[in-house]
Amino acid sequence: MTETKQQYGDPMTYPIWEAAARYELLIQHCKVCGHYQFYPRPFCLNCDSDQLEWKRVSGDATVYSKTTVHLKIAPEFDPPYVVALVELDEGPRMLCNIEGGAAEIGDRVKLAWREREDAPPLPIWMPA
Amino acid sequence: MNDWEKNPVYIVGAAETALGAVPDQTTYSMFSLAAHEALDEAGLNVKDVDGIFTNYMGEEGTVQVGEYLGILAPRYVDSTDIGGAAYEAHVHHAMMAIANGRCEVAIVGYASRQRSERARSMTMRQSELTLTAQFESPYGLPMPIGHYAMIAARHMHEYGTTSEQLAEIAVAARQWAQLNPKAWKRDPMTAEDVLASRVICDPLRRLDCCLITDGGGVIVLTNKERARDANKKPIRVLGAGESHTRWNISQGPSLTTTAAKVSGEQAFGMAGVTPADVDFVQPYDSFTITVLTALEDLGFCEKGEGGAFVSGGRLAPGGDLPAMTSGGGLSYNHPGALGVLLLIETVRQLRGEAGERQLADPKIGVAHGVGGLLSTAATVVMTND
Repeated sequence: MTETKQQYGDPMTYPIWEAAARYELLIQHCKVCGHYQFYPRPFCLNCDSDQLEWKRVSGDATVYSKTTVHLKIAPEFDPPYVVALVELDEGPRMLCNIEGGAAEIGDRVKLAWREREDAPPLPIWMPA
Repeated sequence: MNDWEKNPVYIVGAAETALGAVPDQTTYSMFSLAAHEALDEAGLNVKDVDGIFTNYMGEEGTVQVGEYLGILAPRYVDSTDIGGAAYEAHVHHAMMAIANGRCEVAIVGYASRQRSERARSMTMRQSELTLTAQFESPYGLPMPIGHYAMIAARHMHEYGTTSEQLAEIAVAARQWAQLNPKAWKRDPMTAEDVLASRVICDPLRRLDCCLITDGGGVIVLTNKERARDANKKPIRVLGAGESHTRWNISQGPSLTTTAAKVSGEQAFGMAGVTPADVDFVQPYDSFTITVLTALEDLGFCEKGEGGAFVSGGRLAPGGDLPAMTSGGGLSYNHPGALGVLLLIETVRQLRGEAGERQLADPKIGVAHGVGGLLSTAATVVMTND
């Protein structure tokens, strides 16, 4: 029997997760106007074109907002931990955890990855 | 002249369900008792109802509520799902429907036993890989408080807003609650108490958060002709508006500007009034930051000035802009969706039947619902002229 690798994600996002398995962060980029967008869509939010491509980005980012969670919401989460919204240098924002040190709003952060058992590595961020 | 100006629409009945902890009823029995009470005020009967507006009542909101009440052939139904703001949006929709003759007697309402059933969940369990499940849920941001905390943190960063200023909002709500015998929390509380309460998601503390209670309510709307049957003073709906921004917190240009910007502009524009004309406001107080952003986006103060605006007891009894006059979601009741109770308190104040907490001769009041992850807003402007 041939083993077929199950694609993770959905029909629009699976390239992101395929790249995550190689520890690479992909973001959609508009070939017409240069706009970067996250999450992926079949059109550009800025100029409405359908000429979109994937670009690998460094993940260099700035903390846009953050909170330290002191509440136990599920067995897999162990408070306190930091949830942050980071703004990529290309523009889009992504939710994440910040690990490996403290970072305040406005601080520079860099991409890291968290291994998961039943899913591709998850992008997280750490102080730059 | 617009339809709603030619054919003005009135709130002619308003009733809370049982509140607080309600062990001895179901949500449907609660809803139906409030509906009968509100219809009695209106001088109307369940048989007169031809418009139903509700949500979070079973899988098909209006269908199950209609069946329970015995309204088996309504002409206009609406289970719009925009969280706690749904009921203010329902007033907007009912206003349009009645003004255009698509229904004559509308009920807007909700009931919940979330406290008794311990139904409130802090996580969003996803059965499929939605965008939220892929990109937000894995990071453990508690729903909904984590979102509001990140908005508060950003507001503090952009505008210098402080926890002390947020605490003023919670204290104002508590001071109003002390004047309301139906309020769940009536013991004295100071800003120091709020600041000393446990941090849940910084910068939000336990006492920045609303209660979890049972409760709900029903209001009745109708046209000018049928409003003549009302046993209490009809309250005219002057204007209403609604909008929403984002669901996933990564989306949208701003964390600190909310859907109240559009809902407020629409409601005030329709009403032909400005925030300066408003005597009191019932802003949805799910969290203290919810009130602060609403006051800014509705135009009661400039963006970023909310912290200074709420200071010095401006929202509290005796203040320049009475707000949360029932005690709000922070101290009166918060049955999962507060929106209908904001409408009821606005009606009570405009009728002059708010007891010890009654304002001196108010003319114009605003109920402002907010829902989701600070995603939605709907605003209703009313008058007793």
